[in-house]
Amino acid sequence: MGYLHKYLVAAFAILAATWFAAPVHAQKTLRVVMHSDLKILDPVWTTAYIVRNHGYMVYDTLFSQDEKGEVKPQMVDKYEASADKLTHTFTLRDGLQWHDGQPVTAEDCVASLNRWSKKDALGQKLFSFVGGLEVKDTKTFLMKLKEPTGLVLTALGKPSSNVPFMMPKRVADTDPGAQISDFTGSGPFIFKRDEWKPGDKTVYVKNPNYKPRAEPASGLAGGKVVKVDRVEWRAISDHQQAINALLAGEIDYIETPKHDLLPILKKDGNIKLWDYNPLGNQYTFRPNQLQKPFDNPKVRQVLWYAFNQKDFLDAVIGDPDYYKTCKAMFVCGTALATEKGMDGLLESNLKKAQELLKEAGYDGTPIVLMHSTDLDVLTNLAPVAKSLLEKAGFKVDMQSMDWQTVVARRAKKDPANAGGWHAFLTSWVAADITNPVMAAFFNSSCEKALFGWPCDPEMEKLRDDFARETDPAKQKAIAEAVQIQATKTTSHINLGQWYQPIAARKSVDGILTTPVPVFWNIAIK
Amino acid sequence: MFAYVLRRLAATIPVMFIVAVLVFLMLRLTPSDPAAIIAGDNANSEQVAEIRKRLGLDQPIITQFVIWSTKTLQGDLGESFFFKKQVAELIADRLEPTLSLAVFTLILAVAIAIPLGVLAAYRHGSWLDRIVMGFSVLGFSVPVFVVGYLLIYVFAIELNWLPVQGYQRLEQGIGGWLQRLILPSLTLSVIYVALIARITRTSVLEVMNEDYIRTARAKGQTESKVLRRHALANAAVPIVTVIGLGVALLIGGVVVTESVFTIPGLGRLTVDAVLARDYPTIQAVILLFSLTYVLINLLVDVTYTFFDPRIRY
Repeated sequence: MGYLHKYLVAAFAILAATWFAAPVHAQKTLRVVMHSDLKILDPVWTTAYIVRNHGYMVYDTLFSQDEKGEVKPQMVDKYEASADKLTHTFTLRDGLQWHDGQPVTAEDCVASLNRWSKKDALGQKLFSFVGGLEVKDTKTFLMKLKEPTGLVLTALGKPSSNVPFMMPKRVADTDPGAQISDFTGSGPFIFKRDEWKPGDKTVYVKNPNYKPRAEPASGLAGGKVVKVDRVEWRAISDHQQAINALLAGEIDYIETPKHDLLPILKKDGNIKLWDYNPLGNQYTFRPNQLQKPFDNPKVRQVLWYAFNQKDFLDAVIGDPDYYKTCKAMFVCGTALATEKGMDGLLESNLKKAQELLKEAGYDGTPIVLMHSTDLDVLTNLAPVAKSLLEKAGFKVDMQSMDWQTVVARRAKKDPANAGGWHAFLTSWVAADITNPVMAAFFNSSCEKALFGWPCDPEMEKLRDDFARETDPAKQKAIAEAVQIQATKTTSHINLGQWYQPIAARKSVDGILTTPVPVFWNIAIK
Repeated sequence: MFAYVLRRLAATIPVMFIVAVLVFLMLRLTPSDPAAIIAGDNANSEQVAEIRKRLGLDQPIITQFVIWSTKTLQGDLGESFFFKKQVAELIADRLEPTLSLAVFTLILAVAIAIPLGVLAAYRHGSWLDRIVMGFSVLGFSVPVFVVGYLLIYVFAIELNWLPVQGYQRLEQGIGGWLQRLILPSLTLSVIYVALIARITRTSVLEVMNEDYIRTARAKGQTESKVLRRHALANAAVPIVTVIGLGVALLIGGVVVTESVFTIPGLGRLTVDAVLARDYPTIQAVILLFSLTYVLINLLVDVTYTFFDPRIRY
């Protein structure tokens, strides 16, 4: 018994020592909870936003948008367009190198652009104008166009999925249909594949050889100066637990805290909320034009009179500090924002909606409305839509399912009563929808369009005109025409802008105003 | 005995086959598409179809089943659709947190529940008995995640004694490992303690009036010895049974507890795989859980012979 007693005391002492031993954090580590776990690592292969965010850590871009939305050179040192606007010359900055120490060459960039252009919708549009890419020397390449287009810088500087990230030629030569398996980039952080544990954490360390631009950071442009040694993305799927961990100081930053939990964070003196993306996001209603009754443009027209934005925003976001009613389909606060064609629309004029529906000859077919139940920022949208549609005279069959089922089902062209659908609601990151070519729901190329499959040659002509136009004033006029046309054909309906602040501990300093969360310029005080 | 164990092991083969067929079919009948999820929100139909083809999901279900079951029989659990890692590697990586949580919970539950159950039986009808029984009802009734949040609020947020979430591997130090296991294990053990304590009480009560208990007392043995060596030993069979059956509760509880406490174990892997419709991972994890359950039942049956010499196979 005496020995047992001694052993127990010794064991307790060791345990106590290890328990209270303070962990040694020699490195400055930023601990972050992102909106989802990182599972795929190829930002050109998928459009998923978490993979795009991973891309900004590891890779660099030729151009980037600054805080004002203007496209600025990033990897590029000099950019020139010929007088006839048919030859664009790009010269890379000195000192750019891949994470393995090899220099970044023009050949790498050409291969990267070629792969990206096969996956990204805007890239495909741009490359429909491109006659060829030519490597002039190790640092210079030319883009030769068949005819002028205003898309060159817009596409190369696009901030959101799919971003034209630069990769070494050996990686960029990967079949665009397959995922890359070599994660060498030239960006400000290095991805630690050996420490990547899906469902647990993703680790990046500072790239010691990265040469930031001299200009101060602005939006996604300017000098990408890394001020921490390490960034860890922790996979905490439970919103409440992420908040608890932030309050307890176990993490430093949450990308998307739930709106109804924000009051808890506001009360804590150690936490700050930061609206990093002033353009925010836009809610959208998408009808399926292949299915009756939405194959009838007059029935779709009713939707503009049935809906109003405030009801949707109140039901989902609640706090007016985090939403804005905005009729501009290209997002309020952008160069192409306009309210042209929106007079009298989105005001829930139910009498007018009922009259139009009667005139359209609606036969009472129930509208199969897909209701996403597991994403907080979408959950309450469908019930509001159901209520307003019913007030306008529609019969609605709202079917509840998780978002992944919506994603799978919306791709089906089957009749709505046989596994297909009539309508669903989603949200776009504003940066993805700031012009008629980039905003995918305007694509009205029938079978080639996104789910919903609008078919409108007039809209396609306008989008092509926009792509060809190089004069910003004329581009704006075309964008107005696109919006007016969209209100006639109802490819989709914009239901207001909303904002998602990040929550961080006050010790986290230097968070940039960007359409995408980035981690350069951030310091831990 | 050896022949019995072999027979039981052989019987697991059809069980596992049925589980495999059911899991495979249920996943394919679920209205979802991993290719659409992988492709992302902005992908068009052509991109989704291309991914579906690469994953082999465009093939007939029978063909997919034959390919998967043949590979599984050869020990190849396939590659995760999402993580681009071998499923076996993913499972191996997640095994330690789940085993730690399960074993720690089991030890905690048995250490708490059996003395409580024995005491409740011994003090039958007393306030202690009523408290234990009241706790049992509560333990069964309150959902695991509610218990988890309550414990986190009290011990992690208010008192700041323990971490809110996370897991530390054993190799990084036993202190941190233990610190991060206490709250999840307590959470998970509540329902288990309730179950075992209740059965222990009932079983011990049943034997307390037996002749051999009276004889032991007549021989002058202490009450503690009577309870341990005579009452508990003879009441052990139903207790061991319920501990074994409770593994099913434990497996279900691990899924919730690991999600609440952000423990990167098999439970989290299951949830993530289900949400992402990662078929190879879901199939492998459910097969593993089923096999574990079948083997634990076998272990429980074998254990009976140690507690009751009258049982022979």
